[in-house]
Amino acid sequence: MSKFLKIFAPASAGAASVLTMAYFLADQFVVDIPAPVRGAFIHPAQAQETATPAVIEPTPVSLPQGGLGLGRAAMPMEIAAWDIDVRPDGQGLPVGSGDVFTGEEIYIEKCSVCHGDFGEARGRWPQLAGGQGTLEHDDPVKTIGSYWPYLSTVYDYVYRAMPFGEAQSLEPDEVYAITAYLLYLNDLVDDDFELSNANFLEVDMPNADNFFMDDRAETELPIFVSADICMENCKDSVEITMHASVIDVTPDTEETAIQAAVIETAPEPAAEPETAVAEAAEAPHAADPALIAAGEAAFRQCQACHQVGDGAVNRTGPVLNGMLGRTIGSVDGFRYSNVFADAAGAGEIWTEERLSAFLANPRQAMSGTRMSFRGVRDDDEIAALIAYLESFAD
Amino acid sequence: MIDQFKGMKPSRRNFLRGAAASGAAIVGGATAARAEGEPAILEKKPWSQFLGAGVDEAPYGMPSKFEAHVRRQNVPWLTADPVSSINFTPLHELDGIITPNGLCFERHHSGVAEVDPAEYRLMINGLVDRPLVFTLQDLMRFPRENHVYFLECAANTGMEWAGSQLNGCQFTHGMIHNVMYTGVPLRLLLAEAGVKTNGKWLLTEGADASGMTRSIPMEKALDDCLVAFKMNGEALRPEQGYPVRLVVPGWEGNMWVKWLRRIEVGDEPWHHREETSKYTDLLANGQARRFTWEMDAKSVITSPSPQMPISHGPGPLTISGVAWSGRGTIPRVDVTTDGGINWQQARISGPSLDKSMHRFYLDIQWDGKPMLLQSRAHDSTGYVQPTKDQLRTVRGENSIYHNNGIQTWAVDEQGVAENVEIS
Repeated sequence: MSKFLKIFAPASAGAASVLTMAYFLADQFVVDIPAPVRGAFIHPAQAQETATPAVIEPTPVSLPQGGLGLGRAAMPMEIAAWDIDVRPDGQGLPVGSGDVFTGEEIYIEKCSVCHGDFGEARGRWPQLAGGQGTLEHDDPVKTIGSYWPYLSTVYDYVYRAMPFGEAQSLEPDEVYAITAYLLYLNDLVDDDFELSNANFLEVDMPNADNFFMDDRAETELPIFVSADICMENCKDSVEITMHASVIDVTPDTEETAIQAAVIETAPEPAAEPETAVAEAAEAPHAADPALIAAGEAAFRQCQACHQVGDGAVNRTGPVLNGMLGRTIGSVDGFRYSNVFADAAGAGEIWTEERLSAFLANPRQAMSGTRMSFRGVRDDDEIAALIAYLESFAD
Repeated sequence: MIDQFKGMKPSRRNFLRGAAASGAAIVGGATAARAEGEPAILEKKPWSQFLGAGVDEAPYGMPSKFEAHVRRQNVPWLTADPVSSINFTPLHELDGIITPNGLCFERHHSGVAEVDPAEYRLMINGLVDRPLVFTLQDLMRFPRENHVYFLECAANTGMEWAGSQLNGCQFTHGMIHNVMYTGVPLRLLLAEAGVKTNGKWLLTEGADASGMTRSIPMEKALDDCLVAFKMNGEALRPEQGYPVRLVVPGWEGNMWVKWLRRIEVGDEPWHHREETSKYTDLLANGQARRFTWEMDAKSVITSPSPQMPISHGPGPLTISGVAWSGRGTIPRVDVTTDGGINWQQARISGPSLDKSMHRFYLDIQWDGKPMLLQSRAHDSTGYVQPTKDQLRTVRGENSIYHNNGIQTWAVDEQGVAENVEIS
């Protein structure tokens, strides 16, 4: 592959032509360029111990002309269903449009819970706006506006993977609108801007010219070579300049791991009675363990945003301990949407009926909720989730 | 050593290993047998008297319960959510070159996709003569190959750019695993579809909820990429892409698309999120390298290391570690115990395979004095692993990815090791 890198390397100096470079280079794969010349390598006798061929390299397999006839033709509708990708030249963009104003509404509902109302990000979720002028600083802020070279990447990724946990649920017009709003948040368009497939390529991304092809073959490989490497008396003295222990951010591996291991590998449940008893005691009703287990499995779709149990903390969504019977919207330290704040003000309570309706269709039950979740279709699954949540009383 | 050292706390395991803390007091390194003999020998042990578990007790076998501490672990502060996060291979507990399937580090962007193999489909479309759909069974009817390759995340050691941060090679170097893959050469599948003459790039796409995509140049696809369905002989683990993942030997792990569902042939790269916003290497001048696919040669000493202190006192000591290169094999590793004043060639043991992990050892007599341990890999192209300062000189401290600088462990008289940087 060094040959391949070599092909790219000479063009890397001209960063201004980055946009067209990849297209240009794509045609050069057929050109045969000699492998880079490297420092002569001295094969150490000591390493010869393993130099005996350890494997027989496979004989390259080739197929008869026209192949083996395996697989079947992909149908156009199947290709259309999966081929959703978008390229910088606009290939793959669907017909559609959306404006900043519409984008803001959708963004606040579906994106702000992680990315913040203004793209400033909550917690360690990605920051989407700002950061211009920071790329040369100690803590660069890489956002769509400050870093991303292509707008097509925003459209492609938002449709492909967002909202987190509900991918590919947006319509093209919604994606155009969100993309327009993200441009607005980055001061790249005015608030009356409308983005469409027709004007998509007219948007300039400010950092587009600051990317260049991997140039390690020229800048690093020639200097990091083993020829003339020093083996004896290589320096006069050595000082420790930095200790990891000063920062002390290493997870507590040993104790955590051993505690977990003791619980998991206990030969019989009776060996750790306090654990089992304590958990059972928390359940207010004589809960059905199978139902709770089913609920635990179903809860996987919630846990990207919600925590429950000992040590649970508010994340994208509030902690769900002691939810049944508690006032709606009452978890300390969580920033609720208006509909939840109103319910809290009115003293409304999470009953089983209320929670069941919310889980079935969050946006209908609590119109205006920021929770980006389509709802649970299956009644049994809802019952299981509620049983699981009930097992975590406060 | 500084006073506020808060490295690995004394643990039950170290205690069980035997006299770790008092290691320096043991003369000659031999186990000090008491005059009355050892209970381990004199007492009849239950496993020697009574019957153990029969066959089928564990139809899928698990490690000994005494090895339960050997596990993947994440660094919670690193990411927003475990669904889109990474954990680390416990390199300090492993030996040889193969990573057991259950210990291969995980990196997911939207959690583990649970793909039903009966509904698994791989589509090839774009600039091909025959857009095709394959079932899993179709794939298994192509000629298949076996290869051992390392997979290293480009962000491995990425937290150490600004200095020593995490105490343990699991955390500093554990975004890597080394596995034997069984799969179909990608070029055979492409030949089946018939790549048009203007087909120069592939977009490879996963079936998970992140719809992971990476652009791959045709030359690499035709060279050594595999569409793999087995790891270490058994089906891929769900967290490693079951039922099918892409294998891109020697190149950054993000390209090894898991739950592979589609390969599109195009004439240009796609510049998707994982090759623009992420996996581009920001340099000190504010410009960024892109398409830095190859993994540079790298090595790390796995024992002793912060999670694996010396527990036996002075005397014979085996220094052990791993080395790898995305450009070939590792014919040589140098090790220093004095912070790089003098180096010795380590002994490589086990298969030396292209783009695979290599295991090295240096067997020494430890005098019980503090050591500054480093290893330095040389690869088959003549490249030698640089120091961290050499890397920073070229790249600055903001590039996150591709940190292959030489790692230093400071070992004290007690055998306790710490992640440090040295002059």
